Amino acid sequence: MAKFTLPINSIVRKGKIFSDVNKSENMLTVEIYRYNPDTKSNPYTDTYLLNKDNFGPMALDVLIYIKSKIDSSLTFRRSCREGICGSCSMNINGTNNLACITDISTETKLKFYPLPHMPVIKDLVPDLNNFYAQYKSIKPWLITDKKPEREHIQSQEDRSKLDGLFECVLCACCSTSCPSYWWNSDKYLGPATLMHAYKWIIDSRDTAKEERLSNLADKFKLYRCHTIMNCTKTCPKNLNPARAISEIKKMLVKA
Amino acid sequence: MDLVKHEHDVLVVGAGGSGLRASMGLSQSDLSVACISKVFPTRSHTVAAQGGISGALGNMGEDDWRWHMYDTVKGSDWLGDQDSIEYMCKNAVESIIELEHYGVPFSRTEEGKIYQRPFGGMTTEYGKGIAQRTCAAADRTGHAILHTLYTQSLKNEVDFFIEYFVIDLLFEDGKCVGVLAWCLEDGKIHLFQSHMVILATGGYGRAYLSSTSAHTCTGDGNAMVLRANLPLQDMEFIQFHPTGIYGAGCLITEGARGEGGYLTNSDGERFMPKYAPNAKDLASRDVVSRAIQMEVNAGRGVGAEKDHAHLHLEHLGHETINERLPGIAETAQIFAGVDVTKEPIPIIPTVHYNMGGTPTNYNTEVLNTENSVVEGLMAIGEGACVSVHGANRLGSNSLLDLIVFGRSAADRAIEVLKDKPKSHPNITSSSIDKIISRFETIKNANGDINPSEIRDTMQRTMQRYAPVYRDQETMNKGIEIMKGLFRDFENIKLSDSSMIWNTDLAETLELNNLLYQSLATLYSASERKETRGAHARDDFPERDDENWLKHSLVSVTDDGEPTYNYKDVVLETLTDEMETVALKARTY
Ligand SMILES: Cc1cc2nc3c(=O)[nH]c(=O)nc-3n(C[C@H](O)[C@H](O)[C@H](O)COP(=O)(O)OP(=O)(O)OC[C@H]3O[C@@H](n4cnc5c(N)ncnc54)[C@H](O)[C@@H]3O)c2cc1C
Ligand code: SF4
Ligand code: SF4
Ligand code: FES
Repeated sequence: MAKFTLPINSIVRKGKIFSDVNKSENMLTVEIYRYNPDTKSNPYTDTYLLNKDNFGPMALDVLIYIKSKIDSSLTFRRSCREGICGSCSMNINGTNNLACITDISTETKLKFYPLPHMPVIKDLVPDLNNFYAQYKSIKPWLITDKKPEREHIQSQEDRSKLDGLFECVLCACCSTSCPSYWWNSDKYLGPATLMHAYKWIIDSRDTAKEERLSNLADKFKLYRCHTIMNCTKTCPKNLNPARAISEIKKMLVKA
Repeated sequence: MDLVKHEHDVLVVGAGGSGLRASMGLSQSDLSVACISKVFPTRSHTVAAQGGISGALGNMGEDDWRWHMYDTVKGSDWLGDQDSIEYMCKNAVESIIELEHYGVPFSRTEEGKIYQRPFGGMTTEYGKGIAQRTCAAADRTGHAILHTLYTQSLKNEVDFFIEYFVIDLLFEDGKCVGVLAWCLEDGKIHLFQSHMVILATGGYGRAYLSSTSAHTCTGDGNAMVLRANLPLQDMEFIQFHPTGIYGAGCLITEGARGEGGYLTNSDGERFMPKYAPNAKDLASRDVVSRAIQMEVNAGRGVGAEKDHAHLHLEHLGHETINERLPGIAETAQIFAGVDVTKEPIPIIPTVHYNMGGTPTNYNTEVLNTENSVVEGLMAIGEGACVSVHGANRLGSNSLLDLIVFGRSAADRAIEVLKDKPKSHPNITSSSIDKIISRFETIKNANGDINPSEIRDTMQRTMQRYAPVYRDQETMNKGIEIMKGLFRDFENIKLSDSSMIWNTDLAETLELNNLLYQSLATLYSASERKETRGAHARDDFPERDDENWLKHSLVSVTDDGEPTYNYKDVVLETLTDEMETVALKARTY
């Protein structure tokens, strides 16, 4: 049987309720997963009743509002606030997304959870070390024996093959939405990493295609993908890791 | 307090474009290097750079690094040091080719070379034509470069310390001997000893309310330099980018105008030709930002408040937009609800870049008020003032600055440490205690002011009292308010005393750093009685070379009081391959 791990404390209790809103106003009910590593006691969810006129239209605006006005201990990662740094990935109303580009203006209820099935360090901050180590494992750098005096020549057509791949922000939304990854994250590389592997395989400048492919030809690293497509559905940058994975599989069939 | 101890030859603080480039260079030497960053490397702000990186590759028409140098000096309004500028422009081509060899997915020309686009202030033949000099990976150049540099650092096994917050620099006998950092994950304070610290901590855009910068752009390194009683240089020069999205503050790259976009006012008039008959919408940023402000002041702003302008891309067509500006189309949709193929984008000049920072020579060694090298300390990137951007940076020259000087910092550190000391000096407990006690005081602060209130007032104050157009009265007022906030900081209250991932504490340390730099900015700005580059004064509307062709140096004491010093601009070039670009009036 597959071994799987639930977060250390998988029973989530109800926490406190904060309100800074009168019922008549433009109300938003926000539920947030909390976990405090200092006490190590069970995680809980706090509830906040807020007036939507007080903050901007994105989910990150809600979190920043709560942190600066109501509870400064609320913890989450963020930096660019424009969907390019990949810091603020989390689960919002059941979907993995970047909080800073999740428009909540038509919502009346919000639930914030950390990315699913990752160890939680504190509140909405997951431990991504395994995700990063997997990324490193595929040698995500250009391998080539050529050293032209000027730039490598790459046709516009070859370059355009990298579009829809290189824009990945390493947010891990895709991998942490993938059921295969949930149960096998120790061995299965997951969609983000596989998409990066694919990017290097098809970069016309790279000369290690064979080596890269043979490294992936593994029951666990690659073939745990059952084309469930969650990854592509969830990617906040509208990339298509599932397609990249199936392209790798096709190449291996041919090879 | 128990300290976790580490020893390295070199510490790089920061993993943005400049820090990663330096770390990589060092990792290929015999020296031991650590790269410390408060965010995971690819989340550093360099990832947000859009338009491109400049260099006279000449892939799309004849080009020459001397023309690039001329443009940069003119763009700087002659405040840039010409030795550093020569060094940067001359080394641009090689550094960019190197990036391509690392794997940066640059866009391509028909012949398969690196694609280059026009950018503001970039010309051919010393101002005669428009140059295509800015190398681009669509409109995601920073992302492409930063991710590639990160992968190269993985390849070279750089020793990373990620999500470590550096608190302050350690000095012994005037020499920088390491840093103290707080690890967010284990909640411990770490002592890093080194023979050389390279600061690469970026700009402090978050001193303002509306800025194109990330939340983490708090210029921590600059504040550490001030707390070490060293000066910061040219802090009055803050670049307002002409096209930040109205309201949200997110950037629309100048590359949008490079590809043919233009600005209009409420009459639908294309107004830039009035202000810059030759370069029009591609004049340098200070010129375009001031033009927008003048249109607004004359009652020709767009929108309900008549306080901004429009940027048009509709005429460029789907294909150009999809191929060259896909990120812009996405950002405009998300943050302004605008379909750029159909409607103009509402834009407003928005704080974008800090020309000022930690003074260095062209070898990236930090300088004190006497202009001599501070042993053991170097600085690169937006936080440094080397000074290649002078009073106004040209777009796409920052990414270049990161790469060229990141590389040369590594080379210089290797050279300086050729005969490195056999061991690290003993660090006296008093220098450690001073830093720890400041940290503890902030962590346990139990006054009655919420730090987020101070942050809010600070940002509003900078927005209002250090804007595009300045005068003595507003700046004096700004200084008074800012000093008050600096004092109020003593009276803050923090409610979370945890050490693990206490982001309330991290943000409060950042706030303190911002307060130091806001003061430095206001002080320098109020002293400079002329208009030059991005420092535009209503009460002194002309450039005054006789009195002000010099760099400002300002120090800020722990009580928030200033000391001023000045130093000459380097007008001599580095070699005789290029003559000094002679002073003249600046028109576009
Ligand atoms: C939206 C936008 C678009 C831009 N587009 C362009 C462009 O097209 N072309 C161009 O040339 N320039 C552009 N710029 C400017 C350019 O991107 C920046 O000036 C540059 O990226 C700064 O790089 P850096 O290496 O100095 O610092 P950053 O990339 O800001 O990195 C700072 C690093 O320091 C670390 N750090 C900071 N403080 C601490 C601390 N206390 N402890 C530990 N680590 C710390 C951070 O974690 C981070 O790794 C743009 C800027 C913005 C805002
Ligand atoms: S398509 Fe593959 S990688 Fe994507 S969610 Fe499904 S199983 Fe996971
Ligand atoms: S593919 Fe998309 S969801 Fe996955 S890490 Fe990259 S940007 Fe995030
Ligand atoms: S804060 Fe950078 S992606 Fe959300």
